[in-house]
Amino acid sequence: MQIIVSGLISGCIYGLAALGLVLIFKTTEVANFAHGEMAMITTFVSYVFLTSYGFPYFVSLVLSLIFATIFGIVVYLVFMKRVQSAPHLNQIVLTLGLFMVFNGLAGITWGNQPFSFPEAFQGDSYKIGNVFITMNEIFIVILTLVLMLVFFVIFRFSKIGLGMQAASQDTMASELMGIKVSGVFMAAWAIGAALGGIAGMMTAPVTFLSPNMMSEILVLSFAGAVLGGFVNLPGAVFGGLLVGVFENLISYYIAPELRIVFVFLLILIILYVRPQGIFGGAKIVKKV
Amino acid sequence: MNQLLMNKKTWLFFLLVFMLIYPLIAGQSGYMISIAVMICIYAISAMSLDLLIGYGGQISIGHAGFLSVGGYSVAILASKLGLPFFMILPLSGVITAIISLIIGLPAVRLSGHFLAVITLGFGLSIPQIALNWDGLTGGYSGLSVMRPNWAASDQQFYYVIIVMTVLITWLIHNILKSRMGRAFVAIRESEVAAQATGINVPFYKTIMFVITAFFTGLAGGLYGYWIGFISPYDFNIATSFLLLGMIVIGGLASIRGAIIGAVIFTILPELTSSFIGLTNIILGFAIVIIILFRPHGIISLLDLFNIKRFNERDVIKNEFIISEQKQGGRQRNAKI
Repeated sequence: MQIIVSGLISGCIYGLAALGLVLIFKTTEVANFAHGEMAMITTFVSYVFLTSYGFPYFVSLVLSLIFATIFGIVVYLVFMKRVQSAPHLNQIVLTLGLFMVFNGLAGITWGNQPFSFPEAFQGDSYKIGNVFITMNEIFIVILTLVLMLVFFVIFRFSKIGLGMQAASQDTMASELMGIKVSGVFMAAWAIGAALGGIAGMMTAPVTFLSPNMMSEILVLSFAGAVLGGFVNLPGAVFGGLLVGVFENLISYYIAPELRIVFVFLLILIILYVRPQGIFGGAKIVKKV
Repeated sequence: MNQLLMNKKTWLFFLLVFMLIYPLIAGQSGYMISIAVMICIYAISAMSLDLLIGYGGQISIGHAGFLSVGGYSVAILASKLGLPFFMILPLSGVITAIISLIIGLPAVRLSGHFLAVITLGFGLSIPQIALNWDGLTGGYSGLSVMRPNWAASDQQFYYVIIVMTVLITWLIHNILKSRMGRAFVAIRESEVAAQATGINVPFYKTIMFVITAFFTGLAGGLYGYWIGFISPYDFNIATSFLLLGMIVIGGLASIRGAIIGAVIFTILPELTSSFIGLTNIILGFAIVIIILFRPHGIISLLDLFNIKRFNERDVIKNEFIISEQKQGGRQRNAKI
């Protein structure tokens, strides 16, 4: 039981990162491989706020999220806007290039040795039934669920959310309908980067803060997003949770080193049966 | 003379001669020869990845996994079974091809980002498996490989690698010109249309993975022989990214492009290796800048150059326009 609960908690982090990935993908059709590195830089910025300026935790959280939104907008305007209509492969390779640049820049700026990063809530663990859980872990779970619901509602009902959906279906038609597509895309990148930043700051206390801290999280959150079908926001969180639980069970019962292998075996099997992911909806045949 | 310079075969001939006398120019310097060998190994891998991505329209970001498998099969076959070189090398390709079926079969049903994640997972899993399967792979310490007696020195083995590279380039070139290559391109352009014209899409998609894995496995095997040693992290996920970068930088759906990319991406890290941490930034910026400003890769610069040169010559102009249209169409349509 303890294993499943801690799996759910790490799954929440994957879910948060996957939420940002899916949001960007669903709107702009770009699979952002630099997502983890952008999250890592945001976390470093909040670390700078925390230590150099001595702000309290939540102030620096808010400040670094503001930084993340600006960062997302800059990445969109400088790089991604130019390749918006380019082939998917070019977009993927561009984000991989950004991945390398951000990773290298962070390594030069902050060095490669890991820093320790504080949790949102310090405190002892509570015992619920026969499961130990800390205040911080409860915070992560609630945050994930709230964010998932908020974005689900925004995407479904608000004007900008509907704009995002329209833009993802047909860029030109939605432009003709009076939707500011580049503004919508900008919003998607800003929100996506902020979500990634939250995931990064929730990860940092566990993995320690270093330029490479997000690479495994990124891969696993990609796995979660794919399981969820890549276009479905609650699906992304559910996929992240599934990956988290499965990974924890594997590392407890089989071997911790082999968990990535087994996670991908799981994905392979699931995608072999359902090529569009668990929540992917009907498979769309590409146009002739 | 001008005509002679235009001719592709002339250039090919010069390149071959250059590769053959390269050890003499490099003056026995092990470092220079080693760079040339790595260029060859990466060129083979990049070409076979280009076959999959550029011509076939399937994506793979775990190609380093195949290199690892090739290297390990050479090491295992050589040390545990003691087979001769001429059997081990093809066998390493065959073993890699068989393993590629694991991701080739689901790939038949997947496309785009789903395939990208599956192959990413494959690339990440291979080092982990190699690390933890002590009995077969030697775990952390890796396995050593002995070169055959007749090619024990660096210089002799350099020629073996050159011969293999030329042979594989020729093979890939011919595969692409064959019925199979045309089927790959048809699948890339439209799966539905390909199926409608009677192309067995699932079969060709699987065979695509098998062929590319076979050649990449050979490259991995050559690497194993060259270094004399293979360990789990020789080819990690960064290698896969690098290979992907090579073919996109060089120019998709073009053998020359893959080779140019391999040359650039082998030399660049060597030049920057004295500045720790700079390599990634330089490579990343190179990728970003080329994607932003020359999305068809460096090879498209060559076409630009050709247009200027041909404008002076009216006779060949018409011919050229046709071939240019063909090329432009080919590269413009190279999409996933």
